[in-house]
Amino acid sequence: MSDPVSRIQLQTRHRRILVLYAHPATQKSRVNKVLAARIRAIEGVTFHDLYGHYPEFDIDVQKEQALLNSHDVIVFQHPFFWYSTPAILKEWQDLVLEHGWAYGRDGTALRGKLFLSVVTAGGGQAAYEPTGYNARTVRDFLAPIEGTAKLCGMTFLAPFVAHGTHAMKSDHIEKHAHEYRDLLLALRDDRLDIEAASARDLRFLNSSFDRLIRTED
Amino acid sequence: MYGESFFLQAMLYLGAAVIAVPIAKRLGLGSVLGYLLAGIAIGPFGLGLVGEEGQDVMHFAEFGVVMMLFLVGLELRPQLLWEMRGPILGLGGSQVAITAVIITAIGLAVGQAWQSSLAVGLTLALSSTAIVLQSLNEKGLMKTEAGQSSFAVLLFQDIAVIPMLALFPMLAVQAMTGGSGEGLGGDDGQDPGLGHGHGPNHAEDHGAPETWLEALDLPGWAETLVVIGAVLAIILAGRYLFRPFLRFVAGTRLRETFTAAALLLVVSIALLMTKVGLSPALGTFLAGVVLANSEYRHALESDIEPFKGLLLGVFFIAVGSSIDFALIASEPGVISGLVVGIIVLKLVVLFVLGKLFKLPFDQNLIFSFALAQGGEFAFVLFSFARQSGVLTTEVTAPLIASVALTMALTPLLMIFNERVLQPRFGTRRAEAPEVAAIDAQSAVIVAGFGDFGGTAVRFLRANGIQPVVLEHDSERVELLRRLGLKAFYGDVRRHDLLHAAGAEEARILVVAVGGHERQLEVIHMAKKHFPHLEIYARAEAWFEAFELIQTGVRHVYRQNADTALRASADALYALGYERHQVHRAAQRFRRHDFEAMHDLAKTWGDEKAYMNLAKQRIENLEKIMLAEMEDGTPHDQGWDVETLRDEFGNLVEADT
Repeated sequence: MSDPVSRIQLQTRHRRILVLYAHPATQKSRVNKVLAARIRAIEGVTFHDLYGHYPEFDIDVQKEQALLNSHDVIVFQHPFFWYSTPAILKEWQDLVLEHGWAYGRDGTALRGKLFLSVVTAGGGQAAYEPTGYNARTVRDFLAPIEGTAKLCGMTFLAPFVAHGTHAMKSDHIEKHAHEYRDLLLALRDDRLDIEAASARDLRFLNSSFDRLIRTED
Repeated sequence: MYGESFFLQAMLYLGAAVIAVPIAKRLGLGSVLGYLLAGIAIGPFGLGLVGEEGQDVMHFAEFGVVMMLFLVGLELRPQLLWEMRGPILGLGGSQVAITAVIITAIGLAVGQAWQSSLAVGLTLALSSTAIVLQSLNEKGLMKTEAGQSSFAVLLFQDIAVIPMLALFPMLAVQAMTGGSGEGLGGDDGQDPGLGHGHGPNHAEDHGAPETWLEALDLPGWAETLVVIGAVLAIILAGRYLFRPFLRFVAGTRLRETFTAAALLLVVSIALLMTKVGLSPALGTFLAGVVLANSEYRHALESDIEPFKGLLLGVFFIAVGSSIDFALIASEPGVISGLVVGIIVLKLVVLFVLGKLFKLPFDQNLIFSFALAQGGEFAFVLFSFARQSGVLTTEVTAPLIASVALTMALTPLLMIFNERVLQPRFGTRRAEAPEVAAIDAQSAVIVAGFGDFGGTAVRFLRANGIQPVVLEHDSERVELLRRLGLKAFYGDVRRHDLLHAAGAEEARILVVAVGGHERQLEVIHMAKKHFPHLEIYARAEAWFEAFELIQTGVRHVYRQNADTALRASADALYALGYERHQVHRAAQRFRRHDFEAMHDLAKTWGDEKAYMNLAKQRIENLEKIMLAEMEDGTPHDQGWDVETLRDEFGNLVEADT
């Protein structure tokens, strides 16, 4: 990423996307499994199953950093566990985002990249309202991740949220998977309005696709 | 000299088989047709290399059918046999009854006495166990509905021979008084041989009793008791005698002794059955069923199989060589009429019954075409009927020739069905997806049940996978079976044992046999015969691991690596290191070790390169790990705040 010319070319053409997928029991997953299946084969997307690679949490820091280096968009895809990520993603942040590499005086490796959270939440959208059961939006709960992204110099996009997975029917799951796919394609082909998508008051991306995504030429 | 003529005979038969069978196979005709053609070629009407003695050979080779039934029995656990009672009695019973009735009616219509018509009807109702089972097996159709139904019918026919043999003499009395019998001791020249169902009276001169029963001259009810007693004896012996006997023999660890024991078992049962007047094939079948649950099933299978194959081959050759082309040539119209008549009639009856018993259309076609011929029992029954005076030579000679022809035509008919009918009319159902087709019960074969194999098996079982265990220590197998494991005794280096254990359907072979050489032999054999098997191999030492990797095994596990790491990690903890620190260090060490194993394997064999690399590897690893232990760099840096304190320490200080 030290070469500014190639960087510009990448931004105007295709972005390479790294999806860090974290689900400790994919065999029991209903929604994440489908979401993952619809995007993992997209060209330009690297799908990286963290529990699959590191069943013993033996995260290979150098390999992870090399992966981050070679992508322009970093995606965390995971179910919402205790208003946060599954354990391995926290371990991943702790170990991979080293001081002096990801942040700090000399830590510039991630600067300028885009960051996206893709979250499946059991509770419905109404529960994730300031007036709702959880009293905060999913984006509010993601504050530590938003902080991490910003500290590393990345642009934090509003999250893509699949609300209400506990009662989600299969056609609805497919709809979310379809939108997720559209979103990644738009990110890859630079058809997403980055400025609007990273607006501080945007709770999540799903509902605003018409406004945020330019259709394919 | 006897030896010389034996060798000459053996050479002729083996030579014919070795030439004809591969050609027939290559042409897609199946081995049975190959053997039959080989027989015709060397027979009196071909090259004339074998003459009348071919019939003695056939008599001897019929023992192959006996062995085949034993093997079929081994595949069939008693529960399975019990579940098949419906098709056996229903389908088999109605096939024999209906076919016999129709043929009897035809016999009456053409003016034969009812006794001789019935004898012909019953005899022609039977099909050829040898040809049908061998052909279905070869085509891999035994486990299909058609295969199972065919087997049920054949089994019923085998059983039905016994009452038929008892019935024929009674028909003779009637026939004689009816005045149509030709008398005893007619010309035997037309007999292509004596079938395996040696009847109580089949000897040529009735004066010399051949079975013990006759010698005893018991009343009918007592004879029945003796027969039932013999059957019970086989079942009880199978349960309580054969297994300890086989275990004792297996304990010697001499392969040929075990083979001898297996043969002894089959021969003895055959002899016992013959002596009480039952079909030896039926007796060995029963013994097979009783032993189907035993740990020696696969070992028996792989030991008997080659003998069965050879003998059956010789049997088919003998059938081929005994087809009387002179007779056929002299009465082409009669013979061809009989052949077509037998095939068409049996085919129609079978097809209608298949439909009644709800076989799918394509399966029903396979079933009907497979069984539409006369059987080797017909040779016995016809000659027996003639001796008993039920039938005359004028009747039996053309019938015997026709039956032999229908047998020879069967492989062709099956090919006709396969190539012409099935593609056009067969409603072949879509092949099931591969995963569903694999029986999870046998997806894994574990060879060798020591500590290593034992742990592997327990873990797999705990997760719902029931592996097949192969082990060469018979005592251990016995122990395992008492613990309820699916364990089998045998020499794992033999591909036929692996085959018998279901290697074709399995996906994974865990090789955990003791002894590096044995292990390599197993792996080479498995790679050669079952290339689809993914091999997971245990290595006891470094060099073994290297050689395994060099042979192309991708999954190699050094048996002490993990245990040693655990023990030494615990030791480190005892010395005062943090638990998680030790855990991370062990993880890292394991990864380095794994990479080193694959790296070093490349240089294995080149001593200099190997020593250099090994030394370098060890040094590097120690250096890296020591550095980590001492000051925490460069791994797990994210958990370290040293550099953070350097950069942000001043700011925090200013804040507070």
